Amino acid sequence: MEILIFSIVALIAVICSVQVIISRNPVNSALFLIATMVSLAILFILLNAPFLATIQIIVYAGAIMVLFLFVIMLLNLRRDEFGPERRRAQRFFAILFSFLLLIGITTVLTVGTFNSNQVESGWSKTIPAGVEPLAQLLFTKYLFPFELASVLLLVAIVGAVVMAKRRL
Amino acid sequence: MDWIIPAVNLKLILPEIVVCLFAILILVTDPFLSKERKIWSAHLSWIAVVIAFIANIRLWNLQEATFTNMFLVDNYATFFKFIFLAGSFLIILISMSYLKREEILHGEYFSLILFSTLGMMLLASGFDLVVIFLGLEIMSVSLYVLAGFKRSDLASNEASLKYFLMGAFATGFLLYGIVMIYGSVGSTNLGQIINHITSNDAGSNLLIWAGAGLLLVGFGFKIASVPFHMWVPDVYQGAPTPITAFISAGPKAAGFAALLRVFLFSFTTIKMDWTMIVWIMAALTMSVGNIVALAQSDIKRMLAYSSIAHAGYVLVALVAGGETGVSSALFYLLAYTFMNIGAFTVVIALGRKGQDNTKLEDYSGLGSRSPILAILMTIFLFSLAGFPPTAGFMAKFYVFGSAVKSGFTGLVIIGVLNSLISVYYYLRIVVLMFMQAPVTRTDNERIKVAFCAILVLIISTWAVLQMGIFPQSLLSLAQASVSSIF
Amino acid sequence: MIGLNHFLTLSTILFCIGIFGVLTRRNAIGILMSIELMFNAVNINFVAFSRFVTPTALVGQIFAIFIITIAAAEATVGLAIVLLIYRNFKGINVDNINIMKW
Repeated sequence: MEILIFSIVALIAVICSVQVIISRNPVNSALFLIATMVSLAILFILLNAPFLATIQIIVYAGAIMVLFLFVIMLLNLRRDEFGPERRRAQRFFAILFSFLLLIGITTVLTVGTFNSNQVESGWSKTIPAGVEPLAQLLFTKYLFPFELASVLLLVAIVGAVVMAKRRL
Repeated sequence: MDWIIPAVNLKLILPEIVVCLFAILILVTDPFLSKERKIWSAHLSWIAVVIAFIANIRLWNLQEATFTNMFLVDNYATFFKFIFLAGSFLIILISMSYLKREEILHGEYFSLILFSTLGMMLLASGFDLVVIFLGLEIMSVSLYVLAGFKRSDLASNEASLKYFLMGAFATGFLLYGIVMIYGSVGSTNLGQIINHITSNDAGSNLLIWAGAGLLLVGFGFKIASVPFHMWVPDVYQGAPTPITAFISAGPKAAGFAALLRVFLFSFTTIKMDWTMIVWIMAALTMSVGNIVALAQSDIKRMLAYSSIAHAGYVLVALVAGGETGVSSALFYLLAYTFMNIGAFTVVIALGRKGQDNTKLEDYSGLGSRSPILAILMTIFLFSLAGFPPTAGFMAKFYVFGSAVKSGFTGLVIIGVLNSLISVYYYLRIVVLMFMQAPVTRTDNERIKVAFCAILVLIISTWAVLQMGIFPQSLLSLAQASVSSIF
Repeated sequence: MIGLNHFLTLSTILFCIGIFGVLTRRNAIGILMSIELMFNAVNINFVAFSRFVTPTALVGQIFAIFIITIAAAEATVGLAIVLLIYRNFKGINVDNINIMKW
């Protein structure tokens, strides 16, 4: 059952992400990216990470992508401004590079050893990580990075205002 | 469920707290300052850096981790923080007159400089890949914005966009490297990574290898090493000049801080395996930087390639490794901070509003127009080229010496040859300044240098000569900062 | 049964698609979207490792949360830069944004 869900969702994710990078229309591109993110959220649920699936949809597909769409609409891009590279040579090298990387990473991941003996143990009955265990980690062990993340968001706000505001 | 609140020692992160709080304070007070009083934001920011510096002195000789092993204070990190804070201090001073001249004096600029400094300090102190990564992002995001701070200037916009796109691309690789290491070790804490690598036969695990390689890509981007240097020339040329000096000093040192920490201290047992790759990178970085610099006609672009070349020299120290290698790298980065900021201060002093005067011809005849500036520039260029009795010479001497001691004579020969090449383009400017008449210029008025810029020039000249003639005190400081680790 | 390798393969494919997009797109927003795709691929890896390698520690999920934060920060700043560029260059094709020689 899980393998079926996984296959369908993974297929959707791959097709949509290919559409993201070849689509000529920026709005289509952004919508396909949203579809990719939603399908990844389903995979997160399969991986016992419901909270992450939620924020993947709320923050990623919701907030970040809406920002993208908003800017695309604001700029009113024409189609010919958005299409991918037409020069053959560059395309060829891009395909070559990504393909080599694909083979490389796949080899590494299949040959490499993971620090675990549970790798192939399948669906052991771990409790799905809800909000509480994550929150506990965030506010105890990961307190410091959590505070840093807030600094990072502050920097991003200041940066966005500095860059985009007409008069400072 | 029991919540165990981790022990937190705020004293250890006092410098970071000071820098962060002052950055926020500037953001809060700046809107209430009238246009004439905006300079107070700048004063606040250098005061913050001085206080953080003093707080940092008190952390010397301390070795302690806090926040559940996320944040480590040791002499290595403290020494790097001295470099960052000194660099930021000088940059803030030279920024004041520059921003006034270009009429872009806004408090956000200084706030972002402080945030960026905070990011660098985290890179030096982070003992968990999460913290190192967040520090890197805080530093980079501030820099993307600072590079585009001259918002009406097209070159500055372009620099910002290129820096951002390539930086984010490199971040993707860095993340993939982190995830691979996490997958093979099961933790992102450097301490546990060290344990895992030493206890298991990690050298045969391809996953750690690939992770280390991808981390090298991510950090290699920040330190501007070949082949991840494509962004450097455009960003250096387009960004506002004080920011160019800032990028070449602080973030480069910060990238090295994290790179040395991760590679030399965590991947020590597999050192011989990755040394070959860094060897090639170092040779390429030195050669490409120096050879392309020969062909430049813009001084900012030339200094950009020279900055690539200098990253190559520090990589030589990384290849050498060991206590002498790392201490020579620290000494080199300290020396480079002062000589590079000094050179950029002269570049800024020659500019006018809206015209930066960064073509090489603008330097011809500087010797007669302003002898003092020309002499100072000569000192900095000599130091960059590595002539005695300047800091640059001693720094190169120690780096190459440590490499010879570790048996990398071939790399040292490449390095020395490269230093010889670099003499040509540095001396060309000296020749232009003293041997040639000024080209016909409309503004042959006297060059006025702001008080703060004079201060920066004095400090950097003193530092360059001090480290060149009496290097012993600072070198022993650098040695003391790594001895705790080895 | 799905194992770790299924997820890793999917993530690798997405990562490489993202890289291909960065290399071929000529438009700043297109490149930014491809970079988001790369970050998402890394996220799958983190969550999958968290599930299979450290099933009790949740480290990977925490890291994934931080990556989403960072993606948000980068997207905000990036889009602001794109807006600025659009105002000054009247377009966001990176081939045209090239007043300095490469």
